[in-house]
Formats: sequence, C-alpha cells, structure tokens
Amino acid sequence: MMAGITSYGAYIPLFRLGEGTAGWNARIEKAVASYDEDSITMAVAAGIDCLNGMERQMVDGLYLATTTVPYLEKQGAAIVAEALDLREDIFTADFANSLRAGTQALRAALDSVKAGSAKQVLVVAADMRLPQPRSEFEAVFGDGAAAIIVGRENVIAEIEESYSLSHEILDLWRAAGDPFVRSAEDRFASEEGYLKILPLAVKGLFEKCKLTPRDFTKAVFYAPDARRHREMARRLGFDLQTQVQEPLFNKAGNTGTAFSLLMLAAALEEAKPGDRILLAGYGDGADAFVLRVTEEIKNLGSRRGVRGHLKSKKILPDYLTYARWRALIDAAPPARRPPLDPPSPAAVYRERKQNVRLYGVKCKHCGYQQYPPQRVCTKCRTRDQFAPVRFSDQKATLFTYSLDYLGPTPDPPLVICFIDFEGGGRMQCIMTDRTIEEIKVGMPLEMSFRKLHTVGGIHNYYWKCMPTRG
Amino acid sequence: MGGIKDRVAIIGMGCTKFGEHWDKSAEDLMVEAAYEAYEDAGIDPKDIQAAWLGLQYSFGSARGTMLAHALKLNYIPVTRVENACCTGTDAFRNACFAVAAGVYDLVLVMGVEKLKDSGLSGLPVSYAPFWGSRVEPPVPAPVQFALAATRYFHHYGLSFEEGKKTLAKIAVKNHHNGSLNPRAHFQREITIEQVLNAPMIAWPLGLFDCCGVSDGAAAAIIARPEIAKSTRSDYVLVKGLGLSCGARQALLNDDYDMVHFEETVTAANSAYQDAGIKNPREEIDLAVVHDCFTITELLIYEDLGFSPRGRAKEDVDAGFFTLEGGLPVNTDGGLKCFGHPIGASGLRMIYEIYKQLQGKAGPRQVKKADLGLTHNLGGHPGHFTCAVAIFGRKD
Repeated sequence: MMAGITSYGAYIPLFRLGEGTAGWNARIEKAVASYDEDSITMAVAAGIDCLNGMERQMVDGLYLATTTVPYLEKQGAAIVAEALDLREDIFTADFANSLRAGTQALRAALDSVKAGSAKQVLVVAADMRLPQPRSEFEAVFGDGAAAIIVGRENVIAEIEESYSLSHEILDLWRAAGDPFVRSAEDRFASEEGYLKILPLAVKGLFEKCKLTPRDFTKAVFYAPDARRHREMARRLGFDLQTQVQEPLFNKAGNTGTAFSLLMLAAALEEAKPGDRILLAGYGDGADAFVLRVTEEIKNLGSRRGVRGHLKSKKILPDYLTYARWRALIDAAPPARRPPLDPPSPAAVYRERKQNVRLYGVKCKHCGYQQYPPQRVCTKCRTRDQFAPVRFSDQKATLFTYSLDYLGPTPDPPLVICFIDFEGGGRMQCIMTDRTIEEIKVGMPLEMSFRKLHTVGGIHNYYWKCMPTRG
Repeated sequence: MGGIKDRVAIIGMGCTKFGEHWDKSAEDLMVEAAYEAYEDAGIDPKDIQAAWLGLQYSFGSARGTMLAHALKLNYIPVTRVENACCTGTDAFRNACFAVAAGVYDLVLVMGVEKLKDSGLSGLPVSYAPFWGSRVEPPVPAPVQFALAATRYFHHYGLSFEEGKKTLAKIAVKNHHNGSLNPRAHFQREITIEQVLNAPMIAWPLGLFDCCGVSDGAAAAIIARPEIAKSTRSDYVLVKGLGLSCGARQALLNDDYDMVHFEETVTAANSAYQDAGIKNPREEIDLAVVHDCFTITELLIYEDLGFSPRGRAKEDVDAGFFTLEGGLPVNTDGGLKCFGHPIGASGLRMIYEIYKQLQGKAGPRQVKKADLGLTHNLGGHPGHFTCAVAIFGRKD
C-alpha cells in the first residue's frame, strides 16, 4: 500500500503585528505567539488540529521539528506527545538545529512508515524565532506550527518520491546562547545558498521521477522572504499566478521549520483528487517531495487549518506589548509579590496525567465528572471508583471571572476563571488570548496548552482556557 | 451533644491599635494586648494555666514558645493555631473547649500578625503545600472574592454600576464606623465617588473594596462562669461557636453557585443551634463580620440570615446595617478600616462585641447590645474555613 499524508493541521497564533499596531513600522502583518506560548505549545495546538476526529491511540510515532526548543537537553517531542495524549509505547524524536527540520522530519516519518517500523507518524513543526528588534528579520519572522500525519491507510496525498541534498554553508545561523539569528552578506547567502541549492534539489527530484514543472498543480516551497519566493518560482519554472502556493508572508510570516509544512497544509485545504504537489524545504541543504492527492481527501473531516487560523486574529495594539511579551524590555511587575518557587519535579511527574494530558475522572457510581482527579467523589463520596476522562478537548463555558490587575503576568490583567465543562465538571484556570472587553459570563471556551512560567530553568506547562477561536 | 452556651466567660480583653507598626515587633504587639487584658481582667499573669496563640503567617519561629517567650509564660502549655482568617477565632474556640471541659480554670488566647515586615503588596500568595507542581493559578485574596462579585452581579441581574454602588455603600459605612474608633488602622470617612473612582485591584473590586493589610494583636482571658463571677460583674458569656470547612466544592462542583458561601451558612447554623437562635435578623443585636472585601460582607448578610437571598442590596440601601440601623454590622470599622492582621482579627472582633455588650464602645456604642456575633471566613471559595461565634451579656 502507498505511503503518504493521512491528515494535516495548523496553528497560527491569534495575535498579529500589523497595521494598527502602534510602533510597528514594517508594512507587513505577521503572527506573533502570545507570552505564554512557545514551540512546544504551538506544536500541541497544531497536533490537536491535525488529530481532530482521529483516534489518538493509533499514532505510533511523533517527530517534533523546531529550532526553538525550550530545553537543550530534554526532549520536546516527549512533552508534545504527553499533551496530545498519545500512547507511551511510541517512538518520539526531536528534529532540530536546521530550518529544514520540518521536511527532514517528514522524510524520516515517510521512511519509518515505508520500512514498517511505524504505521502512523505524527510530524509536528513549530517555530518561534526571535528577530532582533528593527532587524531585517523582524519584518519577516512569524510564529506558527503545522502538523502532518504520515501513514498507509486513508492516505489523502501519496508521497510519490523524495530527494535530498546536504549543503554546508554559513548563510544563517544562531549560535548557542545567542538569542538572535545572524546572517552572512545578503547577496552571498542568497546566491550560494537558497537560490542555488533548492533548485538543485528540485532538479534532482524531477530527474529521479521524470517530471517537469508542467506536471504539477501546485508548488510549495520554502523561501526566506517574499522577494526570494517570487525569484525562486521563476528559477524553478513555475507560473507564479497559477502554480505557486501563496507563501503567507503578509499573513503569518516566515514560520521557520513550520513554514513549508504550513504552506503544504494550506495547499491541501484547496487540493482536489489527482492534484500533484511539489514540496521543498531549505536549510543546510534541501528536501524535495512529489505528492499526489487522492480521492480520500474528500473524506477528511473539518479542521481549523490554515484558513481558520488566519481568519481569527487580533491586531496587537502596540509594539510595547510585544516587547514585554518577549522580555525585550524589563518591565516592573505590577505589584510586590514573593518570587515564584520552582515546581517540584516529583510533583510534576506524579501529576503529569492530570496536568499535561488534562485528565480528570468520572465517578462510576454517580456519573459526575471532576477535575483534578479525586480519591473520594465530590458528589457522592464513593471512594476510588472512577473512570479517566480527558478534558483537553472538551468545550466549556465561563461561570465567573475576575481581572487581577496586580497578578504576576507580562500581560495584565491576569484573567482568573471558573469554567464549567460541557460534560460536567468545573475547573479554575487562567484565560488566555482574550480581549478584556469581550469577556462575558457564559461565553464559550476551549482549552489551550500553554507555558505558565519558567522558574529555576524549569518550564512549567499547563492548560488555560481561551475564547473559542473563530 | 452538649453545646458551649454559658459554659465559658470572657473576663478580660486587650487589643492594640491596628496599622503599620514599623516600630513594633510581634513581641511588642503581644505584650501590649496581653497586659491590657490582664489589667482588664484584674488577674495576675501567674494565674494563667494554659494559652493558645493564633498566628497565620510565620516569620521564623512560630510555635507556642513565641507567645511563652514574649509574656514569660513559664512552662505552661501553649498551642499555636493556624486556620486561615479564622485563626484567631479558632484559637479562641479551642481554648473555650479546654475551659468548658474543666481542664483549666483560666486561660489566655492571643492572636497576632506582623505582616508589614514582609515587604510585599497584599498578603503572601501561598500555595497548598501538597500541590507541588505549581500549576494552580495564583489566586490572591481580592481575586477569590471578585469571582463571587462577578457571579453575584450576573446572577441577580445587577449592572456593573448598580453592583459597584451597593458595595461602595458598605465601604462608606465601615469607614464611618472606623472614623469613630481610635484603634482602627484607617480613620477617615470616604465617599461613594471615591470608592467608585479608585484604581481597580481585581475587577470588579477596586482599592476601597479591599480591607487593609495591618499589624496588630488582640488577646482574651477566659474562665468558667463560676470563676468569672469572682473577677467582675460584667463578664461576657460565650453563647455559641461554629466552625465549618469547605472541601473544594466551588472548584469541583459545577452546581456551586458562588452567590453564597455554604461554609458561612453551616458555621452559623451550628452557632445558632448552640445559642438557641431561630431568627438571627431579629434576635442578634450587632455583628462584626469578615469584610475582607465589600462583596464578602454583602454575601455574609444573606448567609447569616440577616437578609433574604438576593435582597441584601435592599437592606444596604435602607441603611439597615449602619450604627443607627436595625442590625449594626462592623461597628468598629470592620476589616475594611480596623485592618486585618490575620491571626489577630478574630479576637479583635470579639473585643468589639465584648466592649459593646459591656456598654463601653464610646461613640460607636449601639443602643441595644445583648447578643453579638462575630464571623470569619478564610481561604478560598470552595475551601473556606468559616468561624461564627455568638456572645451574650451575663444577665
């Protein structure tokens, strides 16, 4: 049976820098992750979008691609797999350190599935590269994530062929400890790097499978910016108007390792059976793939995808807010409060199912759902008779809330809520991605995996609620 | 099951001025409160057989020895009690049980808190010690009660403006009462406009919806009534004691309404049962309650049975709880104005009731003061600790 893509998902943060953002001079709009997001949380959000309507227990591999891992030693994929509530007996790996990590992970997933070591591998690519303020990159880099499942059953786009090149060049780099991306002189980097190597890989692919640009419905390829994207279309011989997937530069921005897969997700949203798609990623070499869309694409369930995420957006009011979120300025806390204690690793470990998978319980005696898990039922006091219940994908409504103007957050006020879940049960949590004026008792909410804080070198992840997106 | 009614008498009390005591230590505050109580009771400190110390936030050593050292209570039993904002009242309650059981004749209860050395705005935000993964959101006290305010406004269809104005009236009343009290932390009258225009702390609660954070101490000397008789004629009797602890219901149960606190209802019922009170609105002459925030006092009116459900606003508008009203509440300024050194607050409330029942409350004296109530509520919605105590004149 053929191997290929069986599902896709996307995540683009709610907030944008763009027209209307005071202090934002670039003439583009781009997506910026909130202060409580990182590549891990965005990967989880894209993964959830991709797994919508699918049996999570069927996934037996997770590859996370990102250049912005929170830990240099400690796997990101393991955190994402936990939050996505995947099985524990699966193969997880991080693909990092190269902008090509997204297509590399896809290639590895394809090889795993073809070799039979896995049936369904979830590839999630996410990036949140910090551009130096007022650098050329600030007008380009955006934050986002994409997810693809590679498998052999219910394939919506067969991956017919692939071709890769490795190429050592100092065009872009970020040294350990340096928060910002550095680059070589522009002309050199383009001419000897991107504009030279990606066409070589595509040429290699075309020769391997005896295809020409005319055989493709859509070309999806990485580009550092909009101008280079147009230049590449010309060099590869595709018609910019009809054959080239829109690169999202003025919508999401260049989302790093996620970029080519995010464009692929957008292409699949519009694809018809029989379409042939070129996918090419670049970074320290290049990967190129030929995809053929199948009839199965008609059966794929709905998801937010690229389109849904692009449609639902909020323009940040000012650049200062963004600068606070990224700690580019050292803003004073709103009140004198004691410093946060780091979490206990033992407690984080013990509670990983309730905190990271967001599991509560349902009493087998009275049927009441409760979070977090209890030993004695809060309603009927029956002891230890519970079934596990996942709350992370349950809808909820806002029961009550308060706005803490003195709370410890880079984005005051901190919105503290009591929320009630659709299937029963209540949770006290923080509301994120909210617009204060739109908060109302009774409003519909969904759960979102976020980073609460980083203390003592420990990133503490947990779920918050947010207004249902778009 | 025998109640506590008429089995314990208060024979002496002391209370420091509450406020920002930059020049006083916890030891200074405890000595001041204790020696006022000794003098009031006319006893020799050597006659004290046991003591209870109420202290919520410990800075360094916080055991019974802290009180023993300050007062040189040499080698007698001293128990430290910590039970959130009920700390002081719960220390008092446990001391009452020891006296009622006949184990001791004369005991001392001390409540103290020295908060202003912490260098923090507000109270330290503390996590439950067994919730070590630190994922529970930080919910400082103003937020905990703001959650109830938001829901109360929604539930009873009060607009933000109506709700805020109702709460403002409670703050204005308590500031008025505090202005008549030289020991209160704040002694200035305020206006409704000032309350409404104050900076937001935890929406919908603003600065004047919140009580003060203070240093202070208060003490009581209690004895069995037979012994009390020999010390003074105007001792005050304990008529009822109730304590109730929530089990996180508000956080777990989606039918917990957040427009009332069940802990107050159950603690009050237990104290009312002790005291034989059937109609609190009619029978109780005055109350000093836990107005940590204005919304708390509004809910308390209903939870204690002073106002019908959802109709406390009408009583507030009618001035029912003012000094001249049908049931004066927080005659001493309440937490709002007297201040709130956590461990001392319960005993400060009892101090006010004690003085009122003795007719010694000066310009704040209410006309009829035969039966008074104190109320504390501490912790977090759903797992509050609530203490209610009722006191009566001996005749």
